[in-house]
Amino acid sequence: MSQPAERSGGNVLIKTLVFSLGLTLVFTLVTYLLPQVEGEAPMETQFDLSSMTMDDFVALGENLFNNKGTCTLCHKPAPLGRAPDIQGMDMVATSAKRLADERYQGEAKDAAAYILESMVAPSKYVVATWGKKGSNDSESPMPAVDKAPIQLSNLEMDAVIAYLQAKDGNEVTVALPSPEAAAKVAAVDTGAATGAAPAPAATAEEALGKYACSACHAMDSADTLVGPGLVDVGARLAVDEIRQSILDPNAVLAEGFPAAMPTDFAEKMTVKELEMIVNFLVEKK
Amino acid sequence: MTDRLNRHGTDCTADYWSRLFSALLITLSLSLLMIGAVQAADGMAAADLLERISPVGRVHVEGEAFIEAAASSAAEEVVEPIAAPTPSRSDYPNMGVSSRAIVWVLAQLHLFFGALVLAVPLFVLTIELVGVATGDERYDDMAHEFMKISLTGFSITAIFGGSLALALFLLYPDLMSYMMHVFGAQWLVYAGLFFLESFFLYTYYYGWNAFRYGNLKWLHLTLGLLLNGAGMTIMVISNSWATFMMAPSGVNEVGAVVGNIWEVMKGPLWNPINLHRFIANIAFGGAVVGAYAAFKFLSTRDPAKRAHYDWMGYTSNFIAILAFLPLPFAGYWLMAEIYAYSQQMGITAMGGILAWLFIVQAVLIGTILLAGNFYLWAGMSRTDGSNRYKWLIKYIAFVLVVCFLIWVTPHTLMLSASEIAALGGSHHHILGPLGIMPAKNIAVNLMLIVTFLSFQLYRRSDKVATVAWAPVGNALMVAIYVVAVANIIFAGVYYGYFTNTVYKVGSSVMQVASTLLVIIAGIVIDSLMFRNAKTLPSHWGRIPDRAQYALFALPIAFTWLMGLMGYVRSSVKTHWHVYTVMKDNSPDNFIPTIAYAGNMITLVTVLFLLCVLFMFWVANLSGTHQPKPVAEAEGGAA
Repeated sequence: MSQPAERSGGNVLIKTLVFSLGLTLVFTLVTYLLPQVEGEAPMETQFDLSSMTMDDFVALGENLFNNKGTCTLCHKPAPLGRAPDIQGMDMVATSAKRLADERYQGEAKDAAAYILESMVAPSKYVVATWGKKGSNDSESPMPAVDKAPIQLSNLEMDAVIAYLQAKDGNEVTVALPSPEAAAKVAAVDTGAATGAAPAPAATAEEALGKYACSACHAMDSADTLVGPGLVDVGARLAVDEIRQSILDPNAVLAEGFPAAMPTDFAEKMTVKELEMIVNFLVEKK
Repeated sequence: MTDRLNRHGTDCTADYWSRLFSALLITLSLSLLMIGAVQAADGMAAADLLERISPVGRVHVEGEAFIEAAASSAAEEVVEPIAAPTPSRSDYPNMGVSSRAIVWVLAQLHLFFGALVLAVPLFVLTIELVGVATGDERYDDMAHEFMKISLTGFSITAIFGGSLALALFLLYPDLMSYMMHVFGAQWLVYAGLFFLESFFLYTYYYGWNAFRYGNLKWLHLTLGLLLNGAGMTIMVISNSWATFMMAPSGVNEVGAVVGNIWEVMKGPLWNPINLHRFIANIAFGGAVVGAYAAFKFLSTRDPAKRAHYDWMGYTSNFIAILAFLPLPFAGYWLMAEIYAYSQQMGITAMGGILAWLFIVQAVLIGTILLAGNFYLWAGMSRTDGSNRYKWLIKYIAFVLVVCFLIWVTPHTLMLSASEIAALGGSHHHILGPLGIMPAKNIAVNLMLIVTFLSFQLYRRSDKVATVAWAPVGNALMVAIYVVAVANIIFAGVYYGYFTNTVYKVGSSVMQVASTLLVIIAGIVIDSLMFRNAKTLPSHWGRIPDRAQYALFALPIAFTWLMGLMGYVRSSVKTHWHVYTVMKDNSPDNFIPTIAYAGNMITLVTVLFLLCVLFMFWVANLSGTHQPKPVAEAEGGAA
């Protein structure tokens, strides 16, 4: 008896579907056999600084080190680590050695400053063999933790320093944050809403532009816009007076001018920017 | 000849040429005009805009001088960069269903079909070229059939693309507003390319038999090339959105645009993704059309049809596996670039929460390699000459299975305290070392090498070399295999276990080079050694039915793998829409569990399977003719 040339398409289809769905379910089953972990986004936490003790602060630092700071992604024991195992090291003693190393080019003078510097400017000192490939240990693969995507605040970085000091029984040298300091941190954080990058200005002119000084002050004449012209400000005011008039503009008001100048430059400007502007203005005589 | 001449006595061919050439010129001119318009619009945004609005700044109090400073200040405000938005949770529309799940399904289905319809014309064009070069019209017919079965896929891609865009604009308005702001007029170019692609697609497909021979065939090939050009451009443009979200460029720290569109597009991950997707699409496309051939093969007992679909299935598998072999290297480059861009992102993928997914990836790639090899071994029954090589199959299978088991060995185990005590630590003293990357790198490279060996043996099975230096050639080939395998194992063990982590990455380059050397040397030696070889008879259609199930396993595993790796690629951004510049504050800004991801990937795979069945069914409808009902025919005759 001869067989028909065509088979039943329905049978083949059912077999094919059963095989395909079965295989798909096998793959799904594999995912059920593995550990089930959710990767939560870091939460914005509110700290009650009025009742915070140093132990709380150290515990906060440990939490940040293991979670939001994502430090343990790389700082793990050998052979898994991609960075020195700082949880397994006494960082205060290690900092002293690194500060004494002739390769050290940073500005830190003590352990707390060194740890802070290694967090915000990791390439200042790269531990031998841990540099970026091809950089001859001059460039660190570590991101600056005060920048995105980690974005630790000054308070949080202090907490991490406190943790790294305290975990080996060393004295904690960073101060417990005050509610006022936290308020300042919050004020600085609001700066990200504008399109200007928070990167510090490189020159005095750039800093003047960044803070829009010329919107209210004529730089090259004595003309009055909103505030007084600054063409001869160096002849009228001393260095400290110029500095004060930027940081605390309402302390001494120029005669006939309203209190219109922003009062938050102290929070917004970096020290370097402030000094560049002051030095620039002092020369205007 | 006479019917090819019109009433003026001129050749119709020349007439067709001039008409089509004119049409092409018009289309290309239109596209150039459109690109010019886009560039003009871009320029307007920067410089001309300032000029257009400046009169507003010149408004002044009568009798007083113009305030130039105010004018320039207004102008400066116009060009002030705009930071990425920072939406709060309440800014995300809530439809009562997870927005991420909706976008996930639509994006993945769009990508599956997009990959398919970009890949098929690519290898169709290649097969068509082979047909022209060999003069064998079977290639031409097969290429045409490949196009026929994927034609509906273009519409399905567009439907899912449109749905995805709608979902994104509705559910993530701030993100899409920002992306529109960053990419600006590039969106118009993207949209315009669809017109071009459609034009080339339909002229290429429907002109297949009209432009079949002579010079017209070259016109047809040109249309195919332009179709691929438009498709590839669409792909690299849309890739730039994904890579911008992973590693933004051309913007400052807060996401304000500071570069031109080219600087925005050419981020550090753009080209690695372009290459990876390009190769993966071909492998994926080959696997999907292979399933069609397998289904048709199983559905018929007609020897001629079985021979045709066997050959079609073999060709599809050949395309899929050939494209698949270099894919891990493209993936490796992508991962290396991710590490170079952000070590943190790299570790999140490979060593952090997403690392477990690579165990699933190992299962999938293991399935693909086992299925591909099994199909080749089963295919050896087509020719009697394969008996010379069949003894090797059990050794290849052994290596594949051992390497597969090494690959799926996890490193970190979730253990209870008593289990840790029983094990003597968190890692097993023998299996623990097999869980880290060096062991897996050895396993992957060996699996690729023995897969190539299967392929090489299959290709050799219907040939007998006639060149005098054949024994030397064989000895050289064996020596290359031995040296490459030894080098892969040595580099993996020495650099992987006895040196710093940094060198582990470097050692894998040696391993990859060894694998590539085997593949390239194998192709070169065989092509020279089997030139003018004696050909043994090959019987298409003489293959066990069970081999066809390997052709179903391939697309299922490929589809699942694409879904999985797409999820990893997107999740490495963690809680960022655009990494480091725009945070994801939506309710779905967490990385879900692996089982949840597995469910989602299975859902999209099943939906894709159903859509592909629809696509094949529609393709078959065009060749189906309903017989005239007997009663009606009789009535008509009466």
